Order: sequence, then C-alpha cells, then structure tokens
Amino acid sequence: MNRIDSRFQELAQAGKTAFIPYITAGDPTLDVTMEVVLALEKAGADIIELGVPFSDPIADGVVNQEAAQRALLHHVTLHDVVAMVSKLREKTAIPLVLFTYYNPVLAYGHEAFARDAAGAGVDGVLCVDLPPEESRDYRRLLHDFGIATIYLIAPTSTEERIRIIAEASTGFIYYVSRTGVTGVRQDIESSVGDMVQAIKRYSDTPIAVGFGISTPEQAREVAGYADGVIVGSAIVRQIGEQGADPSMPGAVGAFAKTLVDATKGL
Amino acid sequence: MKNFEPLSETQHAPYPYPDDRGRYGEYGGRFVPETLMHPLEELEVAYADACADPGFQEELRQYQKDYVGRPTPLYYAQRLTEHLGGARIYFKREDLAHTGAHKINNALGQCLLAKRMGKTRVIAETGAGQHGVATATAAALLGLECTVYMGTEDMERQRLNVFRMRLLGTKVQPVEHGSKTLKDAINEAMRDWVTTVGHTHYVLGTVEGPHPFPMICRDFQSIIGKETRRQILEKEEKLPDLLVACVGGGSNAIGLFFDFIGDETIRMIGVEAGGFGPETGKHAARFAGGVLGMLHGALSYVLQDKDGQIDLTHSVSAGLDYASVGPEHAYLKSINRVEYTYVTDQEALDAFQLCSRLEGIIPALESAHAIAHICKLAPEMEADQVIVVNMSGRGDKDVQQAARFILPEEDQ
Repeated sequence: MNRIDSRFQELAQAGKTAFIPYITAGDPTLDVTMEVVLALEKAGADIIELGVPFSDPIADGVVNQEAAQRALLHHVTLHDVVAMVSKLREKTAIPLVLFTYYNPVLAYGHEAFARDAAGAGVDGVLCVDLPPEESRDYRRLLHDFGIATIYLIAPTSTEERIRIIAEASTGFIYYVSRTGVTGVRQDIESSVGDMVQAIKRYSDTPIAVGFGISTPEQAREVAGYADGVIVGSAIVRQIGEQGADPSMPGAVGAFAKTLVDATKGL
Repeated sequence: MKNFEPLSETQHAPYPYPDDRGRYGEYGGRFVPETLMHPLEELEVAYADACADPGFQEELRQYQKDYVGRPTPLYYAQRLTEHLGGARIYFKREDLAHTGAHKINNALGQCLLAKRMGKTRVIAETGAGQHGVATATAAALLGLECTVYMGTEDMERQRLNVFRMRLLGTKVQPVEHGSKTLKDAINEAMRDWVTTVGHTHYVLGTVEGPHPFPMICRDFQSIIGKETRRQILEKEEKLPDLLVACVGGGSNAIGLFFDFIGDETIRMIGVEAGGFGPETGKHAARFAGGVLGMLHGALSYVLQDKDGQIDLTHSVSAGLDYASVGPEHAYLKSINRVEYTYVTDQEALDAFQLCSRLEGIIPALESAHAIAHICKLAPEMEADQVIVVNMSGRGDKDVQQAARFILPEEDQ
C-alpha cells in the first residue's frame, strides 16, 4: 500500500487529522532541505510536500516565488529533487509528495519521471498546472509505478469538475481554500467547510485543505472538518528569513510543532 | 477599377482547429491551475454565444469602422519595391489602426466580450506596450476598470506607452521578477486573474495561453487577412504570392495568414526575433532553438533548458521578446504550411531605417523584423509577383530605443 494511504488509514483509526507542511526543495540548499524534512517529521508532520523549483510559478505568491528563485540560483532541478528523495529514504519513511509545475515533468518525460520517482521513494505527485483532462498518460504511468496523483479542487470548481477530479485523485484531494495564489492569509473563508462536505459526496479519498493557512488557530479550525491541513508559505517564509543559519531546521521544527498540536487538537 | 466580388472567406476545406480539447494538432490545450478551469469553460461558452449573436457582431463591426478606422489601407510601397528591385511590395497598414497597432482588434473584441459577461474589470499583460495601450483604450471606451502588468525592463524601453496607458486611466503595475519582460508580466497577470476571476476578465494579448484564448485572439485578428484578400484582388486582380509577418506570440501573423491557409499556392513566412543570433543564446527564435514545452497554459515550442526551466530571451523589440509561441503557429509549422525564420536585431534596425527613409513610414521594431526579411526575398522574386507584409504597428514608441543603437552618442 502507498505510504500516503497507510498514513491516512492510521489517522482515521485514531480520529486524527493529518498535518502536511510544504517546503521548497533546494531552499537554501538540498542538504539543508533534508535536515528540514527530518525536523518536520520529528515535529509530528504526517506527510511532507516538496516543492520543485520552477522559473515561472504562476500559482505561487511572492513567498514561494522567492524560495524557488533561491533554489534556482544553484540550479536545483527535478532530477536533483528526485535524487534527494532517494537519499532521504535512507533516513525516513515519511510519505513524500512532489508539488511541481508541469514543464519540468514534461522535459523529464512522463515515463522516466514515474520510474525514477517511484525508485527514489516518492509517494505522490501534485502537478499544479496539469488538470485531469490533460493528464491521462501521466496519470496512467504514475499509477503503474504506484505513485498517487493528487489534484486540486478550487472554490470555482463546478460539481461536474469535482466529479472528474475526485475520480482522477488518489492519495488525497487538495482543496484550495481561496481563489488566488499560495500565501499567508488573515482568515479562512467560511465556505471551506461546506465545500469539503460537498466533495465528500463524490469521493472517499481524504481531503486536505491548503492555500493561506498560517497560524495554529487556522489549523485548528480547518482540522475540524478536513482530513488534512496543509501549511506552506508560513513555513517557507521562516526558512527564507533564517536561511543558512544552522539553527534554522530546529526553529522551523518548533514552529511546525505548534501547527501539529493545533491540527491534532492538543 | 474592376470591382471584384470577394472570394468566399472560407473557400478552403473546413479547418478543424482548435478541436474540442483546444488543440491544434498536438499543440495548445488548457494547462492551468484548477481555479481557472471553470472560468475558461465559461469564457468559451460566452464567446460562442457572442459569435452567434448578430447584435454583438454588429456592435463590433461598428466600433471597428468608426472607432478603430477599419478597413486599414493596403498600401503599395513603390520606393521600397524599386529599391529592392523584385516583387511588388504591399504593406497592410495596421499601424494606421487607432492606437497604432493591430492589438486593438483583439483588445476591443475581448473588452466587448468582458462587458457582455458582466465583468467590471479587465487586466492585461504587455511587452512593447501596444497591447496594454489597446486594452487601456478599449477599457476607457467601455467604462471598464483596467490594470496592465508590464516588466520594468519593458517599461524602460517603452516609456511613451507607459504614459499613454496612465493617461487613459489605466493602472500600470510594474513587474520586477525574473527577466522583467513579457513572460513575467504574463505570470503576474495570471496571478491577478486567479485571485479576481469573479469580476475580472483577462484580456490576453496574443494567440497564446490556455484554450480558448488563442482561438478568440485569432478570430478577432483574422479581419486583417479578410480585408487583405479583398484589397489585393482590387489592386492586383490576383492573390499575393507571399505573406510575411513578424511573430512574437504570433497574433498579427495569424491575423494576416488565417484567411489564406487554404490557398495552398500562397507562401507564408513568420519572422521571429533572432536577437544577437540563435548561436549566442540571446534571442527569441523559438522555432530555431525551442523544443516542445508548456508555458502559460499551452503546449508549443518553448525556449528552455534541458530540465524544463524557461530560458531568458532577448530581442531589441519588446513585443517579440518571449520564450514561447502561439500553439497554432507550432501546428502550422508541423504541417509545413507556414515557414518560420528569424532576423537579427541589427537586420531589424537596418530595415527600420530603410523603411523610414524610403517610405516615410516609421515601422514598429516588431514589424521591422518582417520588413528585414522581405529585403532578403524581394530581390530574388519576379517583378510581377506580389508580397504583402503586415505593418503590424507604428514605430513612434520605439524611437528612443532605436536611437540608442542608431544615432552617434552626441545626438542622443
């Protein structure tokens, strides 16, 4: 069984919500990213999303854009991120999801990417600008290699689209809590809970909510109705501010711990 | 003069593209974050609805005639023809359209569509500033709020257009990221749109982006070729032998070419920006150096590195300085219907001066790329052959930029 599915099964049995942090791979360096992954696992993260840096990240707000730029300064590639996962697998079995734009995957080649990612120990892939309609070949190959295909559902998604996306999604469904780009927000829209309920009518796949969640209070609120809480920019911002400081992974872990506790209702 | 009946504008076999997936052969499609998927479906439906509405078509025709000044003239460039000593050269004078370029054809059509859809705000990206000015103009005309995203390098190159947009009541939003040119302006416009899509329409300025944008823009620009057909038949009593246009995203080129795709004897050439030459890496010749990729929502030729990161491009002309090219052009290349080539910055600057001196027409640096190429071809052709080149825009916006390269330092 895919590590993502087992993790959600364990959490469901315990009546808990998953905490899913996002970080940009290679920011500030791939070696430090590995340390941050281990610190996040230690803090209690259930699944970790690794952002693949891309030159033109249209779905990202300024915090994640800058993180990608820092990684690209030393030419971090999708190949490098896959290789990093392979190294991480010597140290951890935490479920790992690649969050990427499509062009690097297209340049890698669908089949080569699916094979290498599976070999490295990647558990899921979310391709932010690749909707289900355009991704039959990609999806088939990732599934052949046992990798989950995670898709976004947005506030603008119609019932018909929710049905299509729910059918294509494995691992979990990522509900985008805001129309907009990634980034820190002041509050969570009240309609998010209703949307999560609406999606559940079409799918038994766990639903994680992200885009804009940055504080323990928001994490606690979302954990009340979602199967997973995703926090990205708030963590990426800390990584950006502390950069190469050797104490950074520990500090990021400590911040993540407050979000984990809120997500778990502690 | 003999009055010709215009030939049927769809005399060629039905052209099946885009297909129902928004593809032109294997190119095109709709590759966007989920938030934009349904708005694009809505746009497609609203556009089909507008096309079927005679009232919308009539409103558009009226504005094209009384506001834009269509039809634009087809002008016989006698002195350039004599200078080059070969084929007869005509300019399709899109530079004489209101705002000084073909961009108004699409901006006006899309702003009318936005208004019909109940949107109160439009946004646009711009490189050379011509699409930004056109959108700002149509927005002012129709009472829509307007924001235009523009890279700071392009703002520097095209200061006149920045002022024009502001004068028209548009907010010009500087984009500091990445290459600070058109690509980054599109990124920023997409980020705006994904956030404001409820009340905002994105007036994409070229035949790029996710379906249905390349189709909508092509359709609004195809009036260029339709007029050209009528006009050349009137003047020459035959169709042209060669059509030439510059290709950035490719909207003026597809606008000229589209009505002639089925006329298989007519040769068509798209001219890309060669910059300092493709071998230097400083260029925007996607068909010379690009490979299949996906940028800004469509599969097409993309200048990128082996890992799929988008390359920085270079051209003296801001409007051609872009890493990808419209998917329909990629398709037309794949079936060998249109040839694509490039000219360098220097060749374009030479043609810019030649055209100014011989014809009293200062072309946009973009259009100067097309003229530079006919300077190579016309002398090789027969005197009874006819070339139509799309004078896609006027060059007033470019005089400062051009002066940096052309004039000796003391005259600047």
